[in-house]
Amino acid sequence: MNPSRNESTAHRNLALKLGMVALGAFGFGFALVPLYDVLCAVTGYGDRSQLTRAAEERPTSVDTSRLVTVEFIANLPTVGSWDFKPEVRSMQVQPGRLYEAKFLAGNRTGHSTWAQAVPDVSPSKATAYFRKTDCFCFTPQHFDINESRDMSVRFFVDPQLPKQVERITLAYTFYDTPAPVARR
Amino acid sequence: MAHAAHADHADHEHHGPPKGFIQRWVMTTNHKDIGTLYMVFAGLMFFIGGAMALVIRAELFQPGLQFVDPQFFNSMTTAHALMMVFGAVMPAWVGVANWMIPLQIGAPDMALPRMNNFSFWILPFAFLLLISTLFVPGGSPAGGWTLYPPLTLQGGDALPMAIFAVHMMGISSIMGAINVIVTLMNMRAPGVTLLRMPLFCWTWLITAYLLILVMPVLAGAVTMLLTDHFFGTTFFSAAGGGDPVLYQHIFWFFGHPEVYILILPAFGVVSEIIPTFSRKPLFGYESMVYATASIGFLSFIVWAHHMFTVGMPLAGQLFFMLTTMMIAVPTGVKVFNWSATMWKGSISFEPPMLFAICFLFLFTIGGFSGLMLAITPADFQYHDTYFVVAHFHYVLVPGAIFAIMAGVYYWLPKWTGHMYNMTLAKWHFWMSTIFVNVLFFPQHFLGLAGMPRRIPDYSTQFAEWNMVSSIGAFGFGVSQLMFPIAIWQCVKGGARAADKVWEGAHGLEWELPSPAPYHTWESPPSMAQIEHGAPAH
Repeated sequence: MNPSRNESTAHRNLALKLGMVALGAFGFGFALVPLYDVLCAVTGYGDRSQLTRAAEERPTSVDTSRLVTVEFIANLPTVGSWDFKPEVRSMQVQPGRLYEAKFLAGNRTGHSTWAQAVPDVSPSKATAYFRKTDCFCFTPQHFDINESRDMSVRFFVDPQLPKQVERITLAYTFYDTPAPVARR
Repeated sequence: MAHAAHADHADHEHHGPPKGFIQRWVMTTNHKDIGTLYMVFAGLMFFIGGAMALVIRAELFQPGLQFVDPQFFNSMTTAHALMMVFGAVMPAWVGVANWMIPLQIGAPDMALPRMNNFSFWILPFAFLLLISTLFVPGGSPAGGWTLYPPLTLQGGDALPMAIFAVHMMGISSIMGAINVIVTLMNMRAPGVTLLRMPLFCWTWLITAYLLILVMPVLAGAVTMLLTDHFFGTTFFSAAGGGDPVLYQHIFWFFGHPEVYILILPAFGVVSEIIPTFSRKPLFGYESMVYATASIGFLSFIVWAHHMFTVGMPLAGQLFFMLTTMMIAVPTGVKVFNWSATMWKGSISFEPPMLFAICFLFLFTIGGFSGLMLAITPADFQYHDTYFVVAHFHYVLVPGAIFAIMAGVYYWLPKWTGHMYNMTLAKWHFWMSTIFVNVLFFPQHFLGLAGMPRRIPDYSTQFAEWNMVSSIGAFGFGVSQLMFPIAIWQCVKGGARAADKVWEGAHGLEWELPSPAPYHTWESPPSMAQIEHGAPAH
């Protein structure tokens, strides 16, 4: 075997190995998606399953010694096709007591359709202590043309909520389903 | 095939380049030709991207909307960043690597010459695709170079074009990186051990590994954007259970190593120029190698400092703050080594050294503002303000770009065989240095006072410093015209350059004649040449 052939085999082998590393890195980018979900579930931060699931337990004792402010925010991914707003901007709640809040939604898309509200709680460390026993965000909602109605969420704040959290924001973004946000 | 290539190569051995424009430049596999192509391309992109920056600064000269509508303004900030990062700085470094790495390690060419040709010729098409988005319905992407969803997904027809352009740039730089690694690992002349490589080769080796590890991650992220937009996946769309913050994590997992991809070769060039003009060996060669490797490693675990404000756990904020600050340690080692190299040296101030010293000072300023941004609670104030703009322009313009200019002025006589016009080069340096500070220093004040990024209009309290900054921008832009003039004159003629252009220089490239012949190191350098050229340590 002449040396130049030997050399070019060595080049090809190393180049192929490095190409595999690059392919692996491409796969790693996609692997970050499930890894991110695992990380969120383990730390409880931004854990979506917590947010979209009904709490099984019910409040047992009421902590009358403190009041927590719960604020409500209604978001739309694109402006114009829906009305969506909370009935009140905020409530003072006692941890351990069950409350109900209402959001008003109106269909202005010009056709009957389904919509899905996606919830978020901020600060994220409060997510684990904000429990919804019933929520319009658990299932897609059907709306006729121009139909408007109140939708309710029942919730309580776990008395275990860390003392330094005095204010919790509950935000909903209201999406047309099944079309994702990007479709226009 | 490889054998045939070798025979073909032998045919040309003692002839010059092939005749005919197409044969010479389009079909070339010669590392010097490809290096030249990369650098000419980078220069072109530098001026197009620079013109975009001047559109931005013209609009910001006074409060109110003067010249362009806000959508186009945002297109300009987005395109300027993409062109400068992927079109100017990265190809310029690949070009210098193509030219210098084989010369510095005693190799006849890059290891994979055909792939080398391919990786260059992808680039013009990638950027043609990117620039053509300016003319499609909905305009070019205007959501910032980071292409964050959901904003980016609401763009028009430009989105898939920009994404394919990013794919092509990525493929090009991955192939370039593979070529550099194979060349450095397999083609060092006998006697050129890893720890005898010049620092430019070392920093490029580490840069190339960073490229291979992170460019594919960016490709993955933008592919997910593409499928979210067209195929109904919901990686980043909250409607389907996705999370836009996830995109930010993936993007910055690429994005932070990317900033070191832009700056590590600059460290290499400066580490060669400062010893040459201080007439002293580089202080702490091995510590430079280890510092570069540490920076490369740390760059993978600091990404979330770009997104402190997304609502991260306290533990995450602390981790990313502390690891980010840790990068100051190896970077500090480098700055101290450069200073120690100059200490008691007999320094002369030729243009490459002027640019290198300026790099040292101004890059350090950019590093310090980076440390300020690393402090999580302070970052909440600085985030998305002009302070960030000032910070990354200090590390990229008088950092990476001044180092590229230093490198060009350092090796240009070796490339062309002529000395350039020193007076013109010094004018270029002084005008650039004065105006770059007039341009970017006031942006620190604007940012600290709360002026947001990527907004075409601003409150009148910011008017004075914006005007100063815009004057600096136009001064800087005009000064850059001296650079191609100096290069063109040097290509055309000038005083004959000696083989060893600078008396204090060390390195195998100076053992070759000037201009470097079309084919070099056909037979490997002798041990005496290697000993003579090796970085002393």
